[in-house]
Amino acid sequence: MSSQLERNFVEMNSRMTKNEALEEANRCLYCYDAPCITACPTSIQIPNFIKKIASNNMKGSAMTIMEANPVGASCARVCPTEELCEGACVLNSSTKPIKIGHLQRYATDWAMESDVELFKKGLPNGQKVAIVGAGPAGLSAARELSRFGYSVTIFEAEAKAGGLGNYGIVSFRLPNDVVDWEVAQVVKLGVDIRTNTTVGVEISAEEILAQYDSVILAVGMGAVPNLGIKGEELAGVHDAIEFVKHTKMGALTEDLIGKRVAVIGAGNTAIDGATCAVRLGAEQVDILYRRTEKEMTAYQFEYEFAKQDGVGFKWLTAPKQIIGDEAGTVVGLECVKMKLGEAGADGRQRPEVIKGSEFIIEVDAVIKAIGQTRFVSLIEAFGLQHTNGVVDIDETTMQTSNDKVFACGDVVFGNGQGEAMVVTAAQQGKDAAYIIHERLRKPSEIA
Amino acid sequence: MADLRIDFAGIKSPNPYWLASAPPTNSGYQVQRAFEAGWGGAVWKTLGEPILNVSSRFAAVSFNGQRVAGFNNIELITDRPLEVNLQEILETKKRFPNHAIIASLMVEPQQEKWHEIVKKVEAVGVDGLELNFGCPHGMAERGMGAASGQVPDLVEKQTHWAKEVARTPVIVKLTPNITDITMTAEAAVRGGADAVSMINTINSLAGVDLDSWNTVPHVAGKGAHGGYCGPAVKPIALNMVAECARNPFVNVPISGIGGISNWQDAAEFMLMGATGVQVCTAAMHHGFSIVEDMIDGLNNYLDEKGIASVMDLVGKSVQRYSNWGDLDLNYKVVAEINNDVCINCNKCHIACEDTSHQCIDMYTESGRPMLKVREQDCVGCNLCSIVCPVDGAISMVERMSTIAPMTWNERQSLISSFDR
Repeated sequence: MSSQLERNFVEMNSRMTKNEALEEANRCLYCYDAPCITACPTSIQIPNFIKKIASNNMKGSAMTIMEANPVGASCARVCPTEELCEGACVLNSSTKPIKIGHLQRYATDWAMESDVELFKKGLPNGQKVAIVGAGPAGLSAARELSRFGYSVTIFEAEAKAGGLGNYGIVSFRLPNDVVDWEVAQVVKLGVDIRTNTTVGVEISAEEILAQYDSVILAVGMGAVPNLGIKGEELAGVHDAIEFVKHTKMGALTEDLIGKRVAVIGAGNTAIDGATCAVRLGAEQVDILYRRTEKEMTAYQFEYEFAKQDGVGFKWLTAPKQIIGDEAGTVVGLECVKMKLGEAGADGRQRPEVIKGSEFIIEVDAVIKAIGQTRFVSLIEAFGLQHTNGVVDIDETTMQTSNDKVFACGDVVFGNGQGEAMVVTAAQQGKDAAYIIHERLRKPSEIA
Repeated sequence: MADLRIDFAGIKSPNPYWLASAPPTNSGYQVQRAFEAGWGGAVWKTLGEPILNVSSRFAAVSFNGQRVAGFNNIELITDRPLEVNLQEILETKKRFPNHAIIASLMVEPQQEKWHEIVKKVEAVGVDGLELNFGCPHGMAERGMGAASGQVPDLVEKQTHWAKEVARTPVIVKLTPNITDITMTAEAAVRGGADAVSMINTINSLAGVDLDSWNTVPHVAGKGAHGGYCGPAVKPIALNMVAECARNPFVNVPISGIGGISNWQDAAEFMLMGATGVQVCTAAMHHGFSIVEDMIDGLNNYLDEKGIASVMDLVGKSVQRYSNWGDLDLNYKVVAEINNDVCINCNKCHIACEDTSHQCIDMYTESGRPMLKVREQDCVGCNLCSIVCPVDGAISMVERMSTIAPMTWNERQSLISSFDR
């Protein structure tokens, strides 16, 4: 593996220097009823953690962050801050917003390096909770429950805990050691994380339901669905999630050096796939989207980032078939031009095929990023009601159709329900923990 | 989790952070909010004959864009009837029995007036009294506050009058508007003070408006000097606390006041001899919630140092504070520049060249601008490291002296021994 490729995947943003952090921390106004706190889905007391950087109370600063957000080090790097805390900063109206994400990273980096103990396990209360999925939602729920004294077991199908953090978010934004540290914080509290344990294979849903007092389903979402066109089986056709996952696992191959890549879809995962392809050495990377720039779902900063990486965008373009050679390898992609027609049920203008506009582009690889499938069979194994694979929950109690089973994170995202951000998954995990605690507490404990 | 409780001259408080007698402690509503936020005590805004205030009272000094580097006020003592304040003290004490409430007092320098007010405030259950001999403006023109605080005899006499009837600890709050604060501190001790607190505000004029030529602030076109406080006064206050702490005649606890804005400032004051601290400006700038980091940061600091109780900090640096004549003339530090970190602003060079000892050379090495200290000419003044904007670019490093330590005082006595 070339060291250049490795360098391409090193975290892009550098940490603030102490000088920078102090200057920025002292610029924070320490607003009362600060809008940044309201804008943060986990309600981090942002002015407090910043004030603590200014007073060199670094442990206190890290505690303030991690208390509110068990994956606060990841969120410092992956949160769309301009849409959340920094977007709400009052200084947007006068000078420029505080770099909250960078300061949060500065404080959590300190905690990672100093290896201080931030939280303690609660006194055992005899209750057992099973969590399915060790991603941001599952880890957050586990940490809070463990602090309350629950015996918590997480079942994780992958070899490592961390979920999206360790398998889905590109390394140059979120290195694995950050996620590993957050996982370690949870493990230190006595949470039993059983990796390589797929529910339905190593253990059944019935067994879990029988053995635990409560169950939290936090399995996220699955692979990218098929495009439903010819040629998807060809060598060189990738699922964006799997594609990124390989780079996260350190498997940086040289196959794409100098190659042409087409990415289908224009959400954040498409950007991830495209920018990973660029970093793997692809000569040309184009994102194909059947709608326009206006309708794309990627964050603005992700879009800008992709453009800076040299990713091309072909709007109003849909794939029609993937063309392979005799060896079964991708050599081209037949596309068709689209136009926007009447608005559909979701209010968005529907893309319509322009007849006779077919054209072929020569590509060596195709990355599919048109959304994610759902773990329907797992959801059904627990006997839970769902709508197109999105688990139905009571949004105030997070309860599923089985009142012993709670669901949070991406597994409940969709059909207008929830938000697919790490930070919202973390908050939902916390909420699930608090709701379970409220329900299972002995009456004598309720003050 | 360190023990942050303090025992200040017999006054117990859950932590060393008290709000100083000032606008933040004007009413029961405010003091109760402060206690809810975590403050350990409050010195109630000075009680006395209710006064009339003027409108336009505060001004602050910004320094290079940072607001409230210093703060100036011309507000006087309480403008509310004594009975109202006493009732609110009673209610607040009832709600917060474990928090410290100290009544700040100021009356005319007459024995019976002191007796009367001391009895009244003690009747509602205050934990201590603070005699305000510090207020520099307004009240001083009426012979109270700093006017009596600047006369050691008056300090002693009035302290004595208060002590004649007081059953709770008496703290004497001193004015910095005096040549040597240990003179009045000693007078307070002679008068029987159980503790002293310092500093009150420093005579100040915040500024002049360059368009209107009015003072800042002005009252209908006229100004009068105010009292200066906030971060800018901290070094002045810290020295006064230290001078009193190392004075054997000021053998009572000290409450440190003056520019304390965070836990670090508080720890410094305590190391220099303060048993607790009082805060005002920082709370006025940011609200009561700043005490959360003050408590959390101090606690983390003590834990990290392995110190069980904050009381163990008190006075630990006092013996390191001394007279110039006791400093080692043969001790040597020199500046060392790390060119790998240096950003070549050249501020160290010009500071040294123009205003110190001309020992930082600028040169180039393979086309790269460099700076180097000529050690033999460096006097170890620290100026370069002070003006340097980058952490780690300039360090002051110790150089082993080949000569044995000798202070000025030792040198002088050695010389005089030769004369004999």
